[in-house]
Amino acid sequence: MKRFAGATLIALIPACSAPPAAENATEIAAEDIVSGSIFLTAETRDLQEDNFANPGYLWVDRGEALFSKAPASGEACITCHEAGLSGVAATYPAYDEKAGRVLNLEGRINQCRVTHQSEPAWEYESEELLSVTAFVANQSLGAPVSVDVSGPAQDIYEAGRDYFQTRRGQFNLSCQQCHTENWGKRLRGDTLSQGHGNGFPAYRLEWESLGSLHRRLRDCDLGVRAEPLPYGDPLYVAVELFLAARSNGLEMESPAVRR
Amino acid sequence: MASIRLAVPDAANVGEVIEIKALIRHPMESGHRRGARGEVIERDIITRFECRYLDELVFAADFHPGIAANPLLTFYVRASNSGTLDFTWTDQHGTAWSETSALTVT
Repeated sequence: MKRFAGATLIALIPACSAPPAAENATEIAAEDIVSGSIFLTAETRDLQEDNFANPGYLWVDRGEALFSKAPASGEACITCHEAGLSGVAATYPAYDEKAGRVLNLEGRINQCRVTHQSEPAWEYESEELLSVTAFVANQSLGAPVSVDVSGPAQDIYEAGRDYFQTRRGQFNLSCQQCHTENWGKRLRGDTLSQGHGNGFPAYRLEWESLGSLHRRLRDCDLGVRAEPLPYGDPLYVAVELFLAARSNGLEMESPAVRR
Repeated sequence: MASIRLAVPDAANVGEVIEIKALIRHPMESGHRRGARGEVIERDIITRFECRYLDELVFAADFHPGIAANPLLTFYVRASNSGTLDFTWTDQHGTAWSETSALTVT
């Protein structure tokens, strides 16, 4: 009997160990990828599409003013970017040669500010940075998300994907479990979205304010009772890159309105 | 710091009813909420909005704590003569923000 018991135990070990990562890595089929605005009520979607009443445009207006105003030292953004930045935001996050790392739109704006305007970088989630980011992102309204994850961005993309697929927090949930495997189902009073970032910076009704994607990611991390990363953390930028690549082809909606 | 967005037509016919939209950036803190440490977040709201057309009061609204942040108002005015429309928001401390828009009536 003892020998049989031992054999059973050995046989059980492989069955109990975690399945290989590849088995968990499900993806949303390309034809099923939809923007977060699909999950909004008709009224909220109308608010987003009304480019007067959409409160996100309060920040876009402010951003436009900051974009045209010369800081104490250096030239105004518009001096270099006279032709506008149409479609540019749709390619971010992107690998930046000068910085030697992947920058998101906020990071890129701050890089311009430090190197070309000799001004201190704006604090992440500050009114100024949010406003200019919203103004630049808004110029890509309707453009398809098209980030490049080849070459030096590849490692960062993979780091972002790993973060997305890793269970965390007291609830022991990964981003993927909600936003890839169970999107469209109900979670408490809400419908799970696919977790795309194409509307950010977005005006969230819950915040009664515009906020960055990192603020949203922090909310999700807090939601599963995990320790959120600081604003602008390179790992969040990696997640941002992964999310953008995952939503390649979706139309940019910033400033979107979200619940 | 207040930013204001106005949607007012530049021109209208005599007697025409025009739609006006006015949006202002304001937290409209109700005074009923509590912060992370349980302290009451002080009330901070706009209490009055007025629209004057040719110096005559044509629309006014009293705001209360139930109004959401960044309030948007849509209302209608009948165009009579060319002139300015003055919009004023006043908060509970008496601070006021104003914006003006010119209307040509033909």
